[in-house]
Amino acid sequence: MLIFEQSQSGRTNLAQTPSDKPTIKDIPVKFLRKTPPNLPQVSELQTVRHYTKLSQKNFSIDTHFYPLGSCTMKYNPRGCNSLAMLPEFLSSHPHSPDSLNQGFLACLYDLQEILKDVTGMKEVSLTPMAGAQGEFAGVAMIRAYHEAMGEDRQRTEIIVPDAAHGTNPATATMCGYKVKEIPTTAEGDVDIEALQKALGPQTAGIMLTNPSTLGVFEREIKRIAEMVHQVGGLLYYDGANLNAILGRVKPGDMGFDVIHMNLHKTFSTPHGGGGPGAGPVGVNDRLMPYLPVPMVGHDGGKYHWITEKDRPQSIGHLSAFMGNAGILLRAYIYARLVGREGMKRIADFSTLNANYLMVRLKEAGFDLALPTRRATHEFIVTLKRQAKQWDVTAMDVAKRLLDYGFHAPTTYFPLIVAECLLIEPTETETKQILDEFVAAMAKIAEEAQSQAELVKGAPYTMPVRRLDDVKAARDLDLAWRPSSATD
Amino acid sequence: MSQIPENLKYTKTHEWVRRESDGTVTVGITDHAQNLLGDMVFVETPEVGTNYGEGDDCAVVESVKAASDVYCPIAGEITAVNESLADTPEMVNKDPFGDGWLFKLQPEDIEHLEELLDADAYGELAAAEEH
Repeated sequence: MLIFEQSQSGRTNLAQTPSDKPTIKDIPVKFLRKTPPNLPQVSELQTVRHYTKLSQKNFSIDTHFYPLGSCTMKYNPRGCNSLAMLPEFLSSHPHSPDSLNQGFLACLYDLQEILKDVTGMKEVSLTPMAGAQGEFAGVAMIRAYHEAMGEDRQRTEIIVPDAAHGTNPATATMCGYKVKEIPTTAEGDVDIEALQKALGPQTAGIMLTNPSTLGVFEREIKRIAEMVHQVGGLLYYDGANLNAILGRVKPGDMGFDVIHMNLHKTFSTPHGGGGPGAGPVGVNDRLMPYLPVPMVGHDGGKYHWITEKDRPQSIGHLSAFMGNAGILLRAYIYARLVGREGMKRIADFSTLNANYLMVRLKEAGFDLALPTRRATHEFIVTLKRQAKQWDVTAMDVAKRLLDYGFHAPTTYFPLIVAECLLIEPTETETKQILDEFVAAMAKIAEEAQSQAELVKGAPYTMPVRRLDDVKAARDLDLAWRPSSATD
Repeated sequence: MSQIPENLKYTKTHEWVRRESDGTVTVGITDHAQNLLGDMVFVETPEVGTNYGEGDDCAVVESVKAASDVYCPIAGEITAVNESLADTPEMVNKDPFGDGWLFKLQPEDIEHLEELLDADAYGELAAAEEH
């Protein structure tokens, strides 16, 4: 039930408190509304109950195992939140003089340094407000570089392998490039021959996700970097899967010129629900002049903002101030909590958990998309065989998992594997949970064989049953209208 | 097993092409392709009068699973598009070779049609993907 549907004319949240109607006299008449706004008229207790009940319907990392591949749904330590909400941080104002803001600036400067170190890039700008904006900033810098070289008119194409992150073609298009897609080999590496054919004087760059969305490490990365650089193109690293290599392999060492990081994935800032996000970008020497501002500098023992005055070739501002500064603080605290050694352990245990789960699911009778490859932090199960034999799809299995108390893995992505589940357990889950997940998957496989209709009708225990996603997409309507308007 | 009509030409990227008596060709996506994509929710057709080269992306079919580009099977100028798909994208699922057609095009050189796959060759390709 919507809170609007509980509305009763004249009911307020003041409960039994007697009060005079407030009057505000100094608003000019022309700005006063003629009709009251369509807001729900409910009591305070009704409001509390309504939102508490809604929150109880959440299926979240705080309540359930959430192996949503490519999303890195790991536990965000509560301490990061508490520390980032110290009153000294919360009451800091972006227009206050640098001398009164040294603590905040120091945290941001240190975060820049930590991210530089862990990615092997020369300089980092924290300002992009989400992964998508980070990607945009990254490709905008590639464009600015070619412009400065006088080659922008000639370099019109960005190459994107079909195992790259799904947002990459959108980013390249938004920056005015033509997207050239290249295929992946049966073993999950970039098709080198196809890459060779796609490369030329028109190549502005290539966007790669490594490990790829197939959950495997690109073994030819050095060669790919050489080939792209040879024709004058640049390499863009999508940080979507950085968790798998954190502290172990650096994108800078692989030959990448620019990288964005999803702090909400790898550095444990709030996830989903629209953010707020943070998508810092890191670059090598070539792209340093074009980094978005502001950044934080440090000279003579003092921290200060670096602005467009210091960086005339910058692609500019991406937000009014310093991106989502409060989110950056959380990432900084997380990075300091885990430290250098901890980061290696993140890569090790996220990879170990994924490989353990992969082997256990294989033993339970599931088919792997890339059976000859070791998983990184995630892997793909394909239900093509089950779909044919029992007419039970990946989506059916995903929905049935909800009844067993597990969030579904990513379904039907990457697009190049049929009936796929992309499974990412992350480093923050215990072996017990992984074993329970395998048991649930095995049980669902049994059900699919003996009573397919049961699986096809799932879920049964959730607040809503199977939703009509076709109707939702075809007749999308998110607006609430008062009943008088819909009559 | 999906349908693969004998009288059509096919591309590796799952478009079908039918030669019409007036010298134009009609293009759509195959039964195999619509099966893989699932329920269509949106179809973006090209504009009449636009010229496309062979292999250019010229339309988009969006299903509940994915949005996919449709590639122009033969160079030419768009002469008509299936406007009814705006309201009933599900026709691509229900009748991919009939009312679910996407666009018609005047080829620059109709002889290029011969370079496309015939039903047998496309059938092999689709079968390989289904394994």
